[in-house]
Amino acid sequence: MASKVIHAIYNDDDLLLQGVKQVREARYHIGEIYTPMPVHGLDKAMGLAPTRLAITSFLYGVVGFVVSVAMMNFIMIEDWPQDIGGKPSFSFLENLPAFVPIMFELTVFFAAHLMVITFYMRSKLWPFKQAENPDVRTTDDMFLMEVDVANHDVDELTKFLYDTGAAEIKLIDNK
Amino acid sequence: MKKTIIKNKAFRSINMYTLSSKLKLTAIIFMIVGAIGLVIGFLQAPSDLDDVREIIAAEGHHGEASHQDAAEANFADAEHGVLLDDEPGRNADENEAHSAEAGAHDAEHLEHKLHQLQNKPWAAVYVAAFFFFMISLGVLAFYALQYASQAGWSPVLFRVMEAISAYIVPGGIIMFVLLALSGFHLNHLFIWMDPEVVAHDEIIQNKTAYLNVPFFLIRAAIFLGGWFVFRHFLVRNSRRLDEATDNAYFKKNFKLAAGFLVFFLVSESMMSWDWIMSLDPHWFSTLFGWYVFSSMFVSGITVIALVSIYLKSRGHLPFVNNSHIHDLAKFMFGISIFWTYLWFSQFMLIWYSNIPEEVVYFISRIENYSLPFFGMVVLNFVFPLLVLMNSDYKRVNWFVVMTGVIILIGHYLDVFTMIMPATVGESWFIGIPEISAVFFFGGLFTFVIFNALTKAPLLAKRNPYIKESEHFHY
Repeated sequence: MASKVIHAIYNDDDLLLQGVKQVREARYHIGEIYTPMPVHGLDKAMGLAPTRLAITSFLYGVVGFVVSVAMMNFIMIEDWPQDIGGKPSFSFLENLPAFVPIMFELTVFFAAHLMVITFYMRSKLWPFKQAENPDVRTTDDMFLMEVDVANHDVDELTKFLYDTGAAEIKLIDNK
Repeated sequence: MKKTIIKNKAFRSINMYTLSSKLKLTAIIFMIVGAIGLVIGFLQAPSDLDDVREIIAAEGHHGEASHQDAAEANFADAEHGVLLDDEPGRNADENEAHSAEAGAHDAEHLEHKLHQLQNKPWAAVYVAAFFFFMISLGVLAFYALQYASQAGWSPVLFRVMEAISAYIVPGGIIMFVLLALSGFHLNHLFIWMDPEVVAHDEIIQNKTAYLNVPFFLIRAAIFLGGWFVFRHFLVRNSRRLDEATDNAYFKKNFKLAAGFLVFFLVSESMMSWDWIMSLDPHWFSTLFGWYVFSSMFVSGITVIALVSIYLKSRGHLPFVNNSHIHDLAKFMFGISIFWTYLWFSQFMLIWYSNIPEEVVYFISRIENYSLPFFGMVVLNFVFPLLVLMNSDYKRVNWFVVMTGVIILIGHYLDVFTMIMPATVGESWFIGIPEISAVFFFGGLFTFVIFNALTKAPLLAKRNPYIKESEHFHY
């Protein structure tokens, strides 16, 4: 199904933020916004749902903690409880302080790395991935807002976007 | 009734705080109840060995335990006797010697117990006095840090911090009086102050160049004097900045705060050796000063948060928003973890190497104080870690208040387990003297800080960062 979108290009992040607010008030649908750098408050203006990445990180940390405890309990206490320099390997609790540095590091390791990998997967980033850049200038100094035309009148939408301060407006046919 | 309301409104318009009579009365009641409890605590302390015998007899189970010990000792003697049956004369001699030794040991035990019980109310006062003093000192360090780092979020809280740090003057004087009373042998808190103990103790003898009463009191006077002077000028410049036409006083305070932080880190470290570590004069730890610092810093930040939330709930701090509370809660969270890091570093290094002269410190704590010693780790680490990790919870006042109260209880226990094992040993209990001391100093602390809040408008006027701070949003 062929659909049409309009690319409105702004050259200032303040204009962009204002534009986003106006477009949302007028009940047009914003598809995507491309910016060269993070624009503070853009996600709020667009009404994006908050990220749940921190929650996944906490859960990964719990996994790392459990892995480290299970690993050291098996190796040091259950499998071969040797007397190494008089350390009490009778139970996990008795030798706990010696295990804490490893427990801490593994918790951080799991929390950090699995969260980063989650981020890559959720935002579909990997080496040799085809860049999805509609306009090369958006990595340098331009801000691009993609608005779905849907069943709106193209001329009216163009006029509206022009009034929000867009420097350049293009009609794109999505194949 | 109506008049007072109008008066309050007029005051509020220029952000002046008036001490409510309810709060004043509550603080005074706490002080009176605490003082009565302390008097009872001092009266209950035994004055001679006969009192101690009575106390031991009253503690039924304790007596039984010692009987059992005695029975076991007899059994050992009997076995010994059987082995040496062919030498009756020598055996009898030995038995005699044993019983004499046992008698001497019993007397020694009673003497030991007497000292512990006599120390109990003193130690209770000392713990509570130090706990509240350390909070205000921690707040002063935090305040100076805000100036030195030119923080943009905190100037709206400066007046709260200034008021809490006002307690260091009365609290510091009380600490000095307590130390001086120990120096004049009114109690046995510091065993190195007892010439009889030092005469038989080569380890302490080698430390007398540092650990002697005059030098000890001079050092305390220098630390306290330095803190008083720095606080006086920091607060005075902050008040004068309100009326000034340029930022000269801000620059002065910036330099003063940087100077204070240098002085503070040195003096605080030495203060912790003097006032706390020297209670165990045979033991030493190199990171002890940092450990005490982290404890005072996190309790101080917690009290800033609690007082701010209280004042805000009464409508006195309309310019403080939940982002400020969020920042304070982040500090509570972060410094709680920092405290745990230092607690664990100190514990684990000593546990791991297990050198006898160092490890006795933790053995005495784990054997006799296992609940407060490990309980405080739960209160000071696990609880804030789980509750304050969520960003949204840090904005919810009752979450911050609940965690704050838990953190303060945890750090009281921290000071308790630093001081009590060296002074009262296994005779510890959180009873009338301990709770009364907390009531007394808690009441005094509340009275002093809220009284200090009435001395200046609650919003610093001309601070260069005040606008940024009022619009602070995270």
